[in-house]
Amino acid sequence: MDAIHEMASGSSPIHRLSPGAKLLLTVSFIMIVLSFPKYQLTGLFFFVLFPVIGYQVAGIPVSTCFRKLWVVLPLVCAVGIFNPFFDRKILAVIAGVKISGGVISMLSLMLKGIFCLMASFLLVATTTIEEICAALRKIHCPKMLTALLLLTFRYVHVLLEEVSLMTDAYHLRAPHQKGIHHSAWGSFLGQLILRTADRGSMLYESMILRGFHGEFLYAENKKYSRLSWLVAGFVLLLMIGARLVDLTALLGSLL
Amino acid sequence: MHMADALLAPAVAATMYVASTSTAGASIFQIRKEDKLLPEPDTRRLPTMAVMSALVFAGQMVNYTIPGTGSSGHLCGGMMLTCLVGPWAAFLSMIAVLAVQCLFFADGGLMALGANAWNMAFYGCFVGYFLIYRPIMRSKLFAKKEKKVADRMKLTMAAILGCVITLQLGAFSVVLETSLSGITDLPFGAFLALMQPIHLAIGLIEGLVTTAVLLFVYEARPEMLKDLQEVSQAKAKTGFGTTILILAIVTVVIGGGVSLLASSNPDGLEWSLFGNAEAGYSANMGLDEEDYGVQSSIAEAAAGVQEKTALLPDYAFAGDEENPLGTTTSGIVGAGMVAALIAVITVVGNLFRRKKATN
Repeated sequence: MDAIHEMASGSSPIHRLSPGAKLLLTVSFIMIVLSFPKYQLTGLFFFVLFPVIGYQVAGIPVSTCFRKLWVVLPLVCAVGIFNPFFDRKILAVIAGVKISGGVISMLSLMLKGIFCLMASFLLVATTTIEEICAALRKIHCPKMLTALLLLTFRYVHVLLEEVSLMTDAYHLRAPHQKGIHHSAWGSFLGQLILRTADRGSMLYESMILRGFHGEFLYAENKKYSRLSWLVAGFVLLLMIGARLVDLTALLGSLL
Repeated sequence: MHMADALLAPAVAATMYVASTSTAGASIFQIRKEDKLLPEPDTRRLPTMAVMSALVFAGQMVNYTIPGTGSSGHLCGGMMLTCLVGPWAAFLSMIAVLAVQCLFFADGGLMALGANAWNMAFYGCFVGYFLIYRPIMRSKLFAKKEKKVADRMKLTMAAILGCVITLQLGAFSVVLETSLSGITDLPFGAFLALMQPIHLAIGLIEGLVTTAVLLFVYEARPEMLKDLQEVSQAKAKTGFGTTILILAIVTVVIGGGVSLLASSNPDGLEWSLFGNAEAGYSANMGLDEEDYGVQSSIAEAAAGVQEKTALLPDYAFAGDEENPLGTTTSGIVGAGMVAALIAVITVVGNLFRRKKATN
């Protein structure tokens, strides 16, 4: 999480885009990718270029995304894993190998999953949570929700600190024990909640004393690129164009 | 239980977004209304909500495997949140949890956020609170016992029942939303038979965890459980009879609804009978698909609807029956070119980065 936050405070052209524009682009990218019919694999494939170029311009290796998110990759890929068994209509024959509809729809589902993953990771790798919340606030997302989002993100650290404190204390008291005895699980968890809640409300009170009230007012506005919305509009048009015309097949037919 | 973006059709995702955002709007309205009744603003509410969100967030990261099924599940936490911060605040907290998860860990998609909020938060928070937790806590169950013992027993009962029922509802919604989207070809019945038992086990484990936490909070800081306070101040409104009646209705609705759907799709039942329980569900899927998988009426209907509504593009694989190789080849060649383009872009990007690093 810290690493992502560090990445998000970089200064590439993508980092400098206004967070609202980035949010719009990410959401529209995902929506357009999802709107592809399940057999239209070639048109979908072209969309890999958008995140790949995004990562390069942002100066983040594409592999970072997969290294950070390897845990969810199998979940994303397993979505359509049964399709080949159920959909056996032969749709294409390539070099004597019959390709069924199920295989194609499975591949397109996997691609959709991976593309969405890449796009949302690009958003958080180039935008801090404060910026995302501020952008959400700008589109009139309720204050309570954005403040909650921000606090949740911050309190995960508080919680983890408390966990390490408590496990240290537990192990000092029970030196020859592996892990935490199951009889203590309930009270451990309960203690954790109470301690974190106390610390959380102390932190919140000090935030209030320093003037926090859920709004994002900065004395110095971070300079976002003035071209943000122009770039966003251009990329959006490109995406819509790529959705309407199968550019992959077009590229192939040029040869 | 997190759904990925690719699993949902845009129409279903949008519908669920509308449902969840309007519920969130109603929750915010309710909380503001409650706040106005207080003599001074409740400064502890927001941090408590955020702390609980952080806890649920951490809890959902811990996946446990369910023996024999080859699948894993995670705690949902909706019930626990509801008991500690109330249903309205709990719903908002769950949205925050799911938003952080989908943004930073790609667990559940950005487009599927609405559906995920509905499946994991709506049932746990509202069904769990209004139909299970509150009626049980207000009832005169175990009235003959000492008050503390009775409270503890009621808490245990509400937590376990609530977790099991709300998780079943959530799992059922996942199946329904996926089937309505018509994206996977997994038949409705088989999917149902795969999801419900797994989430029964998860619900039981979650019920135990929730019970442990609630009992501890009851001992250490009973003022956090607001409903207990209200009961002791105002006389219990709902009697034992009403509670049982509500529970009975819920059971009939859930049980009846699920069994109706299940029996109209016999393949799910048969599939689970024919399946080799020891080998796990994933192994079953490969065995019986020819005989049972295709028969699902709902899957067929969904596929039919999709066939009619989907724009069958000219260059796609679907349309070219006469000349399968013509456009397919150009597609493959094009894909190869795109792949080459990716390689070039990545290499150039890497070169730039290295240059920047050495400067």
